Amino acid sequence: MPTNVVMPQLGESVVEGTVSKWLKQPGDSVAAFEPLLEVSTDKVETEIPAPADGVLLSIQVEAGATVAHGTILAVIGAAGELDAPVFQNDTPPTPLSGGRTALASAPLSDEGRTAPASAPLERGRGGAAAAEAYTGHITPVVARMAAEHRLDLALIPGTGREGRITKKDVEAYLDGRRTAPEKSVDPWDQPGSGDLFKPTVDYSDAAVAGTQNAASAMRSAPAAPIAGTHDEASAGLVPSVANSSSSPGRLIPLSPMRRAIADHMVRSQLHTSPHVTTVFEVDLSAVVAHRAAHKADYAESGVNLTLTAYFVIAAAAGLRAVPSINAEWREGGIFYHYAQHIGMAVALDEGLIVPVIRHAGDLNLIGAARAVGDLATRARAKALKADEVAGGTFTITNHGTSGSLFATPIINQPQVGIMGVGAMEKRVRVITDSYGNDMIAVRPCAYVSLTFDHRVADGAAGDAFLMEVRRLLTDWQ
Amino acid sequence: MPTMTLIEAVLSAMDEELARDPRVFITGEDVGQRGGVFRATQGLYAKYGGARVIDSPLAELSIVAIGIGAALAELRPICEIQFADFIHPAFNQIVNEAARFYYRSNGTWRVPLVIRAPYGGGISGGLYHSQSIEAFFAHVPGLKVVVPSTPYDAKGLLKSAVRDPNPVLFLEPKKGYRAIKGEVPDGDYTVPIGEARIARPGRDLTVYAYGMMAHYSERAADMVAREGIDAEVVDLRTLLPLDKRTVLESARKTGKVLIVYEDNLTMGFGAEVAALIADEAFESLDAPIKRLAAPDVPGVPFAHTMQEFYMPNPNTIADAIRDLAAY
Repeated sequence: MPTNVVMPQLGESVVEGTVSKWLKQPGDSVAAFEPLLEVSTDKVETEIPAPADGVLLSIQVEAGATVAHGTILAVIGAAGELDAPVFQNDTPPTPLSGGRTALASAPLSDEGRTAPASAPLERGRGGAAAAEAYTGHITPVVARMAAEHRLDLALIPGTGREGRITKKDVEAYLDGRRTAPEKSVDPWDQPGSGDLFKPTVDYSDAAVAGTQNAASAMRSAPAAPIAGTHDEASAGLVPSVANSSSSPGRLIPLSPMRRAIADHMVRSQLHTSPHVTTVFEVDLSAVVAHRAAHKADYAESGVNLTLTAYFVIAAAAGLRAVPSINAEWREGGIFYHYAQHIGMAVALDEGLIVPVIRHAGDLNLIGAARAVGDLATRARAKALKADEVAGGTFTITNHGTSGSLFATPIINQPQVGIMGVGAMEKRVRVITDSYGNDMIAVRPCAYVSLTFDHRVADGAAGDAFLMEVRRLLTDWQ
Repeated sequence: MPTMTLIEAVLSAMDEELARDPRVFITGEDVGQRGGVFRATQGLYAKYGGARVIDSPLAELSIVAIGIGAALAELRPICEIQFADFIHPAFNQIVNEAARFYYRSNGTWRVPLVIRAPYGGGISGGLYHSQSIEAFFAHVPGLKVVVPSTPYDAKGLLKSAVRDPNPVLFLEPKKGYRAIKGEVPDGDYTVPIGEARIARPGRDLTVYAYGMMAHYSERAADMVAREGIDAEVVDLRTLLPLDKRTVLESARKTGKVLIVYEDNLTMGFGAEVAALIADEAFESLDAPIKRLAAPDVPGVPFAHTMQEFYMPNPNTIADAIRDLAAY
C-alpha cells in the first residue's frame, strides 16, 4: 500500500511551502521518520520525515517549487510497486483545491478532475495531519525528559510502536547532541572559510599539487594553466577557470528566504508606507551600570542579561505612551493594538528572521532578557515555531551589533514602526551638574532611531516615542 | 558448593533449625513417619523423634491453632499445610489470631509461627492441588508472606522465618520442588525477609515475578536476550513486606515494567506492584504497566492442555516482553 508524502502546514498562518531540497532520490529506500526532504516557508525551514518505511517510488514536486499544504510531494511504497503509480487516472499528484484556500502560486487541478477523487483526497489530508505534528502518546518519562532538557519532541525520531518517541529515542538524541557539538556552532562563530577568504586561483599550489613538472606545464600551456590539474578542478580543489573567465560573476539561485525578504522590503518601502526616520542620542550610563551590577545575579538564574532586554522594555514603554506607533493602517481606519508584541530581528547567515516577544509590555527586565535569549538562540538554531515569528506589532533591529551608528530600517508590514539601535560607544558629552555647572564627561552613548509610517503617525508622535524610550534608558533605576 | 533441589533446601533448613534450637518442632499431615507427601520432612522423624516431628489430624484449622498456642508458649512451630489449597479452613486462625496477636496485646504477646505451604499450578493437580493463595494473605498486616524461587533462597529464607518473632507464611512453588536446582552453601546462613533480588540485571525493561514465575521469567529473559532485548528480572522473594525500594529503583531505571504471576489476574499480587509503580515511579514510565497472569477462571484446570493454556510459561512471558519492548 503506497503512502503519500504531503506538504504539511507549517504553522497556522502558513498555507504554502517550497521544496528546498530532496534528501532522497526515487529508488532510495527510506525508513519511517528518516528525513526525506527540506521544506522552507517564508518563516521557517524544516525537514519533512518519511511517513512510512519503504522505497521512494516517485517525486511529484521538484525542488524549488512552491505548493499549497496538502499537496502530494512524493510516494513511498514497496520496491515491487515501483512501476505502479498511485494516482494515475483520476487523481493526478497535483495540489489539493477542494475545501482549501487555493493559492495563486500552486498549480491547481480543475474541478472536473478533483471531483471524483474524494477518497484519495481524504487520505492525502490524513497524511498531512500526521506530518504536521506527532500525535501519539508521550509517556511520562519522555515528557519529563523533554521538559528537563527543553527538547522539541518534533525533532526526535521515534522508534516505538507507531513511531512513538521512547525514552531510548530521547537518550539517543541527547547523546547525539552531546557527541556532535560542532554541529551547533553557528557559521558566524566559526573561523572564516568562505569564498571571501580563498584566493581565486592559486596557480603555483595548483600546479605543484597537480603535476610533477609544474613549471614546464605552465610554460608549455599558457592558455590552459591548469590543464594538468583537471581532476583537482573537478573535485572542487581549485575553482574552474572556464567558469570564471566566461562570466563576469556568478549567479546564486534565490533561496525562499531571500525572495521573501526581497518581496517584503519592496512592498513595504516602495508600495506601502511612506517611511520617515527620527534619531535620538541616548546616554546609556545608567543602563550600563545597572547591567554591570545585575548581570551576575541574572546569570545565576540562567538568564543572560543583554542590552537588548533594556531596549525591549524601553520600546514597550514608548509604545504604551504613544499608541499610534503600536498600530496598523487598515482601509477602514487605524487599528490600535492593545498588547505590545515586539519582534526582534535576528541575523542568520542566509538572511534574517524576526521572532516575536509576545506581550513584551507585561514583562519585567528578567522576563524580557529570558525571552530575548531564548528566541535568539532558537532562531539561530532554526528551531522557532512558525507562530513565533508572526503576530508582532512593532519591531526592534539591533543593527549596532555589527558596528552601525545609525540606520534607517524598513518597516515590517503591517506594523507602523521599527526602532533601530546603533552601536554603543563612549562619547564626550557636556553634562550639567545639580548646581548648573557644565562639564565634559565621557559617557556610553548610542543613537536610537525610529522609522515609522507617516500615514499613521506624524513627526511629533515619533519623537514622543523616542523621548519616552530615552527617558527610561537615561534614568534607568 | 553442593547442588540441591528446592525441596532438599527446604528439608535442609528444617533439619538444621531442629538441630540448632530445641524449641523448634514440626507439625502437619503425614510429616512424621511418611516424611511428608512431597518428602519435605523425610528422615526428620527418625532423627528428632515423634515429640518434635508430629503428625496431625486432617484439620488445617487445628494445625495452625496448635501452632499459635505453642508459639505463645515460646516454642517455634513449623506448621505444614499439605497443599496451600487446604489452608482456607485455617484462614480465621491465621488472619484473626496469628496476624493480630502482637497488635491486639499491645506488643505483649508474639506468635513466632511458620506456616509452610506448597502452592501453585503446573503439576496437573487440578482444582484442589494447584492454587495460588498469596494475595489473600498479603492483604493482612501482621503477617509476613515469603515466596522463594531458588534453593539458596528457600533455605536462607526458611531459616529467617523460623527465627522471626512474628508469623510467617512460607509459600513453596511445588512445581519447582524438584525442577529447580541450585547451589547451596554448607553451613548456616540466612536470607533476610523483606528484600527482593535482582535475578538478572537488564536495561530495557523489568519483569517482576516470584516463585515459579521468577524462574520462568529468567528463562524468558534469556530467550529474548538473543533478540537484543535486555530484560531485568526482579525476584520479589518477600511479598509482605514488599521491598519497595528495589521495585521502584528498577522501574525508574528501565521505565517499562511487566509483572508476572500465576494467580488469577484480578486482584492478584501484581496489581499491588503495579499500583505502587504507578504511584511512585510515574514520571519514569515509558510504557503502560503490564501484567501477565492467569485468566480469571474459578480454578487451575485439570486437563493438561487447559493447564498449559492457563499458566504463564517462558514462551508467553517472552511474548509479553517483546510486546512491551516494542512499545
